[in-house]
Amino acid sequence: MAFFFQNVVNALQWGSFYALIALGYSMVYGVLMLFNFAHGDIFMTGAYIGFFVATLFVGLSASGILVLPNWLILILTILLSMFLTSFVGMAVERIAYRPLRNAPRASAAITGLMVGIILETGNLALLGARRQKFPELIVSQTYDIGGVSVTNTKIMIVLVSIGLMVALHQFVRRTKWGMAMRAMAYDFVVVPLMGVSINLIAALTFGLGSALASAAGILFGIAYPVLDPYMGILFGWKAFVAAILGGRGSILGAALAGFLLGFIEIFVATIFPSTLRDLIAYSIILVILTFRPHGFFGEPYSAQLRL
Amino acid sequence: MTVVSETIEKRRSFWSIVRDWWLQYFSEVPLLAWLVGALVAAILEMLVGNPFARLIGMPRGPVLFGFLIVLKTPVLIPPAILYNIVIYALPVLLVARLIGGLSNKLAAWLFQRSVMLSTIAHLTLMYVALHVWAGFNDYRVLVVKLILLAIMVTLSLNVVNGYMGEFSCSHPGFMALGAYTASILSILFFVDDSTFGPALLPPAIGQFAFPIILIISGAVSSIGALLVAVPSFRTRGDYLAIISLAFTFIVKSLIENMEIVGGPRGLRGQPDWATLPVVFVWTMICVWVINNYVRSTFGKTMNAVRDGEMAANAMTINTRRTKMVTFLFAAFWAGVAGGLLAHVLRYVNPGSFGIQKLAEVLAMVYFGGLNSVVGSIVGAVGFNLLSEALRPLELYKWIIIPIMIILIMIYRPTGLIAFTEFDVKKLIQPRNKKDREA
Repeated sequence: MAFFFQNVVNALQWGSFYALIALGYSMVYGVLMLFNFAHGDIFMTGAYIGFFVATLFVGLSASGILVLPNWLILILTILLSMFLTSFVGMAVERIAYRPLRNAPRASAAITGLMVGIILETGNLALLGARRQKFPELIVSQTYDIGGVSVTNTKIMIVLVSIGLMVALHQFVRRTKWGMAMRAMAYDFVVVPLMGVSINLIAALTFGLGSALASAAGILFGIAYPVLDPYMGILFGWKAFVAAILGGRGSILGAALAGFLLGFIEIFVATIFPSTLRDLIAYSIILVILTFRPHGFFGEPYSAQLRL
Repeated sequence: MTVVSETIEKRRSFWSIVRDWWLQYFSEVPLLAWLVGALVAAILEMLVGNPFARLIGMPRGPVLFGFLIVLKTPVLIPPAILYNIVIYALPVLLVARLIGGLSNKLAAWLFQRSVMLSTIAHLTLMYVALHVWAGFNDYRVLVVKLILLAIMVTLSLNVVNGYMGEFSCSHPGFMALGAYTASILSILFFVDDSTFGPALLPPAIGQFAFPIILIISGAVSSIGALLVAVPSFRTRGDYLAIISLAFTFIVKSLIENMEIVGGPRGLRGQPDWATLPVVFVWTMICVWVINNYVRSTFGKTMNAVRDGEMAANAMTINTRRTKMVTFLFAAFWAGVAGGLLAHVLRYVNPGSFGIQKLAEVLAMVYFGGLNSVVGSIVGAVGFNLLSEALRPLELYKWIIIPIMIILIMIYRPTGLIAFTEFDVKKLIQPRNKKDREA
């Protein structure tokens, strides 16, 4: 039983990365009806920005210019890199998506893919192929609860990601900006006529999604402190799968599907040889989508999709 | 025409002068004469390419029109341009102009005999020119083979993504299935291998069994395509994208877990059967079949499914059958291309059929143009030449190429040459007005 709960804890941590990234895909889809294929690489960029911010604060502390406790550095790092990465997301929207808003959606997907490649290669060209090590901000402590070993980083990661998801949900439900986003998702032909700027809302959506991806990147860096330029590819595509599985445009669905994907992967890896992880995870997803093509919370397929 | 334009506008731009000059001297040159010109240029290069290159200060004849050498040592730009003009441009233009009238008569004669005969004559000439040109250097042979295979893959993906309007990401998976099936069959039957045991059949007949092996590998990848085609009945767009993506991941992961075919290390030792003529013939068959497929009534039903599935259904089009047949058809050609690729490189590994391959194939399709056979050919050739030419830039290549594709997408969202029909008759007919009427 302890073995089972141990894996539940691991899966919660692993799934929270997927869920945070999948939220970005899902929000952009909800508002603009297209997928941001550069999102995985925005996650990578966010992790690197987090790395630089954290290294900066740690360096300032060490040199005695600005001495801050580690927990404050962590909070500052997350907030500052979320803020900075949101600009990366807005820039991607401005360069790759806004000129193509009336083009076939597949063309926008191609530009997204290409922006992703530029981000990866640009990173590689700027920083070189050496992997970066994320600074250790929290001293890892292991608690033993009934045979289940839980580290404080795991608890922190799960709590922070759930907190961010709740905050996002409140933002979308309670604020005027969130209302504008929901309205745009409902009908993006008429709503702009009511004086809501589609460009502003699109930029906001990309910014929010990228900020969440950046948070995911920093949390990932804390859990697995090695960053490389291609880390976004696999995570990005898997989170994309999770976003689809949750139902397009559904925030709750994306979060739940992200956790579900984490659970599937962790449990497959513990029961079977870990090389079979992708095989079984994707087979399960293929079966789910064959019987429920619109995902968990999405609306059923209609023939009037804009393509 | 020149007289009129001269009287109307006194000051003509450089490009209009070039255009008028071109129209005056070359508008009546048929494709046949161009191919002969290309052949002459290739022979010229084979004979005097290296000495001439040394004469003008280059170490040896440039491999790919001098792009590679120029990017490494920019000092060589003038000799490279001179080489291209003297060895390629001048002979082609001269020969084309000189034999223009004669070849018009020949083209007209061939055209009247039968279109098929004429096409085969053109293709033979094209192949000979290509063979001589590629024979200059081993690297060129490999590049030409890879470009021909890229044409096959791009065309077959265009059938699904362009003509039928689905966003399918499953092509790397289809290619992997084809590549591994072909490799296993040829190694099992015709090669003495440590894993698969001694050859079951005499290796001498292997070359003749190769087409059968390729057809079987295409068929296997068609069977794999059922996994994508059946869900596509109920869904399209993004969900299909995911299903096909999952298919690619599943195939890749499956191969990685099969120790008998080498797992993630890959499989090597394929016999050297995919020579340039073999690849060329398969590519031409592929272009011919796909071009006929998309221009047939059945091909038009794909367009109907793309433009409005409900309306197509109401017009008595069996949309399920259309989707099923199209997926299997496209997967067949992807499988054949994969099988050929395995024998060109003589090595396959599952890692090469992942996301990277997908991005590359998608980029070629959308770069060239949707719903267009010419577009796919242009896309595959252009993308591969560009990617070979920019190779000396190493890392920065993958910044420049994406930027170019983004610009193309912004200014021509459906690709360079989209929504056009590929009319072979128009291409091979004589250009001379008199011969055309005759």
